[in-house]
Amino acid sequence: MFGLEFPPINAILRWKDLFPTFNKIALIAVAAAFIGIMLFLLASRKNPMLAPTGSRNLAETSVDFIEDGIVMQTLGKSGLGWTPFLLSLFIFIFLCNIPGIIPILQMPATARIAIPLTLSLLVWVVYIGTGIKHQGLGYFGHLLWPPDVPTALKPLVGLIEFISTIFVTPFSLTVRLMANMMAGHILLVTFGLLTESLLLAETNQIFLVPMSILPFGMLIFLTGFEILVAFLQAYIFTILAAVYINNSTAGHGDDH
Amino acid sequence: MEAFAALVAQVDDPADLKNIEAASGAGMAYGLAAIGPGIGIGYLVGKSVEAMARQPESAGMVRTTMFLGIAFTEALALIGFVVFILLKFA
Repeated sequence: MFGLEFPPINAILRWKDLFPTFNKIALIAVAAAFIGIMLFLLASRKNPMLAPTGSRNLAETSVDFIEDGIVMQTLGKSGLGWTPFLLSLFIFIFLCNIPGIIPILQMPATARIAIPLTLSLLVWVVYIGTGIKHQGLGYFGHLLWPPDVPTALKPLVGLIEFISTIFVTPFSLTVRLMANMMAGHILLVTFGLLTESLLLAETNQIFLVPMSILPFGMLIFLTGFEILVAFLQAYIFTILAAVYINNSTAGHGDDH
Repeated sequence: MEAFAALVAQVDDPADLKNIEAASGAGMAYGLAAIGPGIGIGYLVGKSVEAMARQPESAGMVRTTMFLGIAFTEALALIGFVVFILLKFA
């Protein structure tokens, strides 16, 4: 329309398969898992009696962050056993998000629905399993009816609570992560395209070409912003997982 | 809106027409979906800053709850964004 051809969505979000069923997204996910495991393995090899340096420093900081920022705020002291699970979730999601701004890779693996969906189904299984483990089959009663619901309202409340816990929760977890990363990615593509098309514009109005500094500045700003988003989305996914797990352990509406 | 309708009426090619409808519908969907969460997040963060300014010692707890609230509110806008993508490209 304005001499700017936006590429089809597949050109932005899809790559050729490296070999069948294994594409760049899968490569990034495998690399993220590998890097996360290696980081913590390296950290665990170091002498815990010395002042932490290098990888151990990073590992201790992240464990501290998960314990103080997520577990203690939501699950309380009795939930400290959940730290490893939540830490792995956080590290994996963050390492999948951050390639969105790393040159050459330039693609957050979580911008495709596969990884967010798998992770939220994992969280779904974990919090329902926790509920059954802690409350037996009574969990499904607590799940449907918060205490002190009038009998007349029970069918309605039960239906709403059932749909919200079983379907809406994993759906919103998935969509929140996927859409945030995809929106960021498309935003970066848009400003990259604007910069390129202004810089290479075949026009006799020569003052247009230096104007490409404007979208370029925005591109730099948004790249910084994406680092924040990558961190924040990993944090939000993890803290929501912790909140859902807490709901299953404590029962509905109990003060914890 | 009338000018837009007049413009659409001039288009003959059905494929173009479909593209126009998809693009305008997608823009409308995202624009409408962004209104509510915009108001909601503004109100939420404003109140949280108020709370933190009143009681700086409870800032950590307020911040955690604020992020939770933002996550829930933001989901609506993001569903609008997904609808935008589906309308525009699917």
